[in-house]
Amino acid sequence: MIDVLYFAWVRERIGLPKEQIETSAATVADLIEELRLREDRYALAFSDLKSIRVAVDQTLVDFDTPIGSAREIAFFPPMTGG
Amino acid sequence: MTARVQAEDFDLAAEISGFGKDAGAIVTFTGIVRNLPDGSLREMVIEHYPAMTSPALQGIEAEARQRWALSDCAIIHRFGALAPGAQIMMVATASAHRSDAFEAAEFLMDYLKSRAPFWKKEITVAGETWVDSKETDEAALTRWD
Repeated sequence: MIDVLYFAWVRERIGLPKEQIETSAATVADLIEELRLREDRYALAFSDLKSIRVAVDQTLVDFDTPIGSAREIAFFPPMTGG
Repeated sequence: MTARVQAEDFDLAAEISGFGKDAGAIVTFTGIVRNLPDGSLREMVIEHYPAMTSPALQGIEAEARQRWALSDCAIIHRFGALAPGAQIMMVATASAHRSDAFEAAEFLMDYLKSRAPFWKKEITVAGETWVDSKETDEAALTRWD
């Protein structure tokens, strides 16, 4: 089981801040594909990957990053701090 | 040295009291909640990713300290609902010479904009809008490569 977190409009589109997912996805991209196929709200949230960023265990990574033994994956829009 | 995230307001003068006492220059930057052109902003809500925010701020601070000769450095970023005119964040850098302090402060700002996990949402009478990131913010990072 892996904790999947959503922030900002990704959280709003999916409708929850966090869930536990049982997955055999090898990479972040595979996990996104799995989520997209689940329900429309996921497909909508992940419809444009240019506007999605991902962190694996709190570190920003690319979509082709292996999930390996990661415990937490977070999806969110490009950051707007400062 | 400080890098922290908090809901409460901060006092710039108190934060830099005794700051960089062996330095020749201190640069500070304070970000303020800007109203919309028509004055319709009720509040700006800042969301963040608690487990990642502190490590990200500390990482950005460590990177600045590696690149410039800083005798002190501070980053404070707020989250939650903030009214127009409220302080959002501050950075302060101290060094022997002003060029290091200015450059490091700009670097910190550029990285906070695009690499620290914060998201801004504008609340007006008409509704709520997530603030879009700007391509210019992402492009600003390339000058530090």
